[in-house]
Amino acid sequence: MKIRLDHVVKTFQTFRAVKDVSLEIESGELVALLGPSGSGKTTILRMVAGLEFADGGHIYFGDQDATDIPVRDRGVGFVFQHYALFPHMTVAQNIAFGMEVSKVKREKAAIDARVDQLLHLVRLEGLGDRFPAQISGGQRQRVALARALAVDPKVLLLDEPFGALDANVRRELRRWLREIHTQLGITTLFVTHDQEEALDLADRVVILKDGHIVQQGTPEAVCRDPQSAFVMKFLGDANMLAAEVRDGMAYADGAVIEASGMADGKAELYARPVDLDWTPGGPGIAANVSRVMDRPDGRRVIATTQSGTHLELDVEPECAVKSGDIGFVTLRRAKVFAL
Amino acid sequence: MRAFRTGRTPPRVGDGPFFRRALIGAVLIVGAFLILAPLLIIGVEAFAKGWQVYRDTILHPDTRHAIMLTVLAALIAVPVNTAFGVAAAWAITKFDFRGKAFLLVVIEIPFSVSPIVAGVAYLFVYGLQGLFGPTLDAYGIKILFAIPGIVLASMFVTAPFVARELIPLMQAQGRDLEEAAASLGASGWRTFFSVTLPNIKWALLYGVVLCNARVMGEFGAVSVVSGNIRGQTNTLPLHIELLYHDYQAAGAFASASILALIAVFTIIAKVALERQGAGRVRQAANPAENAS
Repeated sequence: MKIRLDHVVKTFQTFRAVKDVSLEIESGELVALLGPSGSGKTTILRMVAGLEFADGGHIYFGDQDATDIPVRDRGVGFVFQHYALFPHMTVAQNIAFGMEVSKVKREKAAIDARVDQLLHLVRLEGLGDRFPAQISGGQRQRVALARALAVDPKVLLLDEPFGALDANVRRELRRWLREIHTQLGITTLFVTHDQEEALDLADRVVILKDGHIVQQGTPEAVCRDPQSAFVMKFLGDANMLAAEVRDGMAYADGAVIEASGMADGKAELYARPVDLDWTPGGPGIAANVSRVMDRPDGRRVIATTQSGTHLELDVEPECAVKSGDIGFVTLRRAKVFAL
Repeated sequence: MRAFRTGRTPPRVGDGPFFRRALIGAVLIVGAFLILAPLLIIGVEAFAKGWQVYRDTILHPDTRHAIMLTVLAALIAVPVNTAFGVAAAWAITKFDFRGKAFLLVVIEIPFSVSPIVAGVAYLFVYGLQGLFGPTLDAYGIKILFAIPGIVLASMFVTAPFVARELIPLMQAQGRDLEEAAASLGASGWRTFFSVTLPNIKWALLYGVVLCNARVMGEFGAVSVVSGNIRGQTNTLPLHIELLYHDYQAAGAFASASILALIAVFTIIAKVALERQGAGRVRQAANPAENAS
């Protein structure tokens, strides 16, 4: 089902959590709402679910205006960060709950069959008789997903679904959710503050800041072409150098990079650690190495320029650089944003 | 890294043997003199003049009526206050509204106000010289010095018991479970009975038991509004006082033994309920065998 948010506004007391957000989610799409805490992403998700009502604007499910439909009639599957499994019910009873309270009455056998099918889908066969407290966090979140899917929701909404899990389980569940999505093709919207999670999982990433959408697009588009310094910084480590634009070129601490189409004046130059390189002899930005951190896939060098700016650069494992070295940082690529 | 093992448990703060024994001893002695001894006296004195006198006192029409009245008051006040407590706890923990803090304070008032003050207040509201007194009297409705007054006073005193047990628990549980149930299509009632109630039932029963004990034992507020009419508006605690002032010590103690018995049952029920609650926690604490 296609979802459309049309100029949605939400205010809590005096705080404007969501300011005039318009967004379209195509049928079958997997979309991530990405932003720092307080950016309004969870509020948007809860409004789509019907757990919060919008103060202004409309939310459409297909052609139907769903803005004022209460959550129990809206037909969404909602997965909570802390699972929200019913602790006094077994895994199977949790999954069956939605079917049992449904207005559409089903045979007991039909419900049991569907529960088995869902347990198989989330790879928890044989755990139906356990209580939520008797299974791990990753298993609980899979039960929560099965429970949400049991009512055949029009859309699946997940609020920081892997936020409470440790890194390895999180990565595994991420791939697994992607598989399930491919299998079922259900329109899915999820909230995260983890850019890696959003980029790994989503067809399209919607980046939010202070209740606004600042950029949206495929993971490739937002990674390769961030439209603002905020998106650049939020998506990953970034070095910033004060720059000056003159005649379509940006100059920063001895480095020059093309900045065609930009007006002359002060600007900020951003570069990822992998966009920078280290050479013992110039040309480049003169710097001395204050620290080298070794990692499985390379070395991270922290260097200080003559103007006192700290730069972080990722170099090849073979690069023989050590703390105290003096040399030059070269720019492979960079983004320039006007101030 | 392996810690050094010296075979001695490391001393904790305040874990010196002298201090420990002195503290435990002091608590035991004070507990025995302050709480246990008076209770034992009731048992001894109740049967001081023999089983026959005890039986006669208990079976005396006035005593039997006092017991019936006390039970009746509990049968009305406890369910009403249970419903009130659940509603109040639900409202406070699941909704956001103006005056929430004020409502919390209002619920707690009976804890801080002396019951006798509550009784006097009821006199001013429902008494003949009071606010509604003349109107009620004109319609022939008798509240004071009758059963309704006793029930009302008992309800006032015990209003916070259930709510006080539920509010911290429901606050800790948050709204996620109810929201999850609603998103799965459950109605409000269904959510309450299938999701909320099972998760608060032990705390709820605990509150009900405490509430009941207090209703049956309430003296101050009831003594003001009941009028102490023997065989008519005398509850068990009031009856005990009456017997005592009549120099019928054995009778007073015999009646008191009934209240003491109720107290013992209350404590047993309380411990059993806590066990039940603890049993669930133990089950919940079982760690997962195969983590994913």
